[in-house]
Amino acid sequence: MTAIEPVKSSAPPSRLSRVFQSDLWWSFKQHPSAIAAAILLAVLIGTAFFAPWITVQNPYDLASLDLLNAEIPPVWMEGGQWPFLLGTDVQGRDLLSAILYGSRASIVIGAASVAVSLIVGSVVGLVAGYYGKWADGLLMRAGDVLLSMPTMLIAILVSALARQMLPPYLREVGASGVIVFAISLSAWVQYARTVRAQTMVERNKEYVQAARLIRVSKWRIMLKHILPNTTTPLLVTATLNFGLGILIEATLSFLGVGMPPEQPSLGTLIRIGNQYLFSGLWWIVLFPGLQLCLLVVSINVLGDWLRDALNPKLR
Amino acid sequence: MLAFLIKRIGNAVLVMLTVAFLAFLIFRFLGDPVEMMVNESATQVERDELRARLGLNDGFLVQYARFVTNAAQGEFGLSWRNQQSVIGLIAERFPATFELVLIATFLSLAIGIPLGVFTAIGRGRWWAEGLQFSSIVGVSLPSFLVGILLILIFSVTLGWLPGYGRGDVVRVGWWSTGLLTPSGRAAVVLPALSLSLFQITLVMRLVRAEMLETLRTDFIKFARARGVRRRALWFRHALKNCLMPVVTLTAMQVGNLIAFALVTETVFQWPGMGMLFMQAVTFVDIPVMAAYLCIVSFIFVTLNTLVDIAYAVIDPRLRNA
Repeated sequence: MTAIEPVKSSAPPSRLSRVFQSDLWWSFKQHPSAIAAAILLAVLIGTAFFAPWITVQNPYDLASLDLLNAEIPPVWMEGGQWPFLLGTDVQGRDLLSAILYGSRASIVIGAASVAVSLIVGSVVGLVAGYYGKWADGLLMRAGDVLLSMPTMLIAILVSALARQMLPPYLREVGASGVIVFAISLSAWVQYARTVRAQTMVERNKEYVQAARLIRVSKWRIMLKHILPNTTTPLLVTATLNFGLGILIEATLSFLGVGMPPEQPSLGTLIRIGNQYLFSGLWWIVLFPGLQLCLLVVSINVLGDWLRDALNPKLR
Repeated sequence: MLAFLIKRIGNAVLVMLTVAFLAFLIFRFLGDPVEMMVNESATQVERDELRARLGLNDGFLVQYARFVTNAAQGEFGLSWRNQQSVIGLIAERFPATFELVLIATFLSLAIGIPLGVFTAIGRGRWWAEGLQFSSIVGVSLPSFLVGILLILIFSVTLGWLPGYGRGDVVRVGWWSTGLLTPSGRAAVVLPALSLSLFQITLVMRLVRAEMLETLRTDFIKFARARGVRRRALWFRHALKNCLMPVVTLTAMQVGNLIAFALVTETVFQWPGMGMLFMQAVTFVDIPVMAAYLCIVSFIFVTLNTLVDIAYAVIDPRLRNA
């Protein structure tokens, strides 16, 4: 990649113009696949969040379902009906509405798992890198053990067991929390390792010593001085893990240890559709699957671009 | 070297002890084993007797030590669901999973390596860039969705291959194989393909990156100057230098494949260990879950350790790491 340093104006730039003049924005404009992915992702997230206002029915309000509308194929096929654009399932639920509501659950859980593992990982990495010694040994060894097992296996196991331990009245409400916990449990290690390595480099630099000299507290040094210097690699990891989180959630729900049918995510919809795979109702499983693909592909294309754009070696 | 060996093996043992500890906690404290094993009408005296016989009144560490000793000998007790020995259940299902993973690994190399070479030598052409981009799609597709799509296309629509089950199996000693019957061979195609797709893209991207680097080196230029034919240059001279990381990746990924086989087996109703585990999850059959966790982690940790040791044998610089 050949990057040309953009011309910088002499006046102090405003926040917005700083974004538009950055190397990153320049690289973004050079990559049509990144632009397409960003637009697609914005549309997917937008439609998911405004689902209650743009869908023809609330798919989880049983009163709005009509069994007479069951098993209608998509509109462009013979027997298709308005307003059921992508057809309906066996309970007469509009598939497009179900998909948009389901995407909302998937996106929220994916984002929450990134947020939790990012925060936990950063704090652990800062503490391990700044204090060193036994704190470092203990925290990082715990991370090694977690990484010595496949992430998916840990998530399935934790999710399955946690559901058994929750009292029955909490199972539905707590389902999304359990999934976020199950995903974050091994996801934080990656962030922690990155932050730790960077912290060990930064802690001996002069600005940290200067801050120490004027008695800035340890936590303030870690959070306000060191952490901002570790954010670039974290951004890439967070983007790719957002896609991964959505995938793991979908897999858990597909296996039946994720979101319950009462508040389905895309994975739950695919699980339900999978039961009708051999009875010719292909649209019930295909469209939620397609939505899941679009979502994850657009995130991964963005993540891939971001990794290359932020990698100083490739400049 | 000896110090490295001790350190690396000690690390693996530590991980296994931790996993065994977690399995033990699950086994001991999630649900009461006594309640699960006695029938409804058992008296309190009978229950207490059973509790004493199972050693559930002993100290915590004693029980843990006993669990580890038993687990090391493959003794995981009886399944709560059907009172069969857990290790027997797993041994019965192991061949199915092993064959699936073996064929998936073979496919990932047989398809991934040529694709990697082609995308490297065709760099900049539309078809190579298209393949490279589609590999991002391959990484993003969840494995269960790949399975469903394969069933939808090749089983439901075209009717070429079976979409569930393992076909007819032949028993060879205690091992049951589906590879010797036509229906067994037909049944393994779709699950193996669906399991290996992610792997194929990984191998392809790795080979491409390595090839691009190797093609730039001097010995390739000399070979070209000597008039070596292009095909021989790519596949004999350049590719050989790219295979080491591929071998490592493959060995490391076998553990992941076994874990992911869990998903594939559920989609294709493949009677392997993964399906056994998912059934155990549904019926809260804790001994089976604990045993599966221990065995899969053992395979995973052993492979990783062997790869690390093999690397240290080949490259002495890594021994101090």
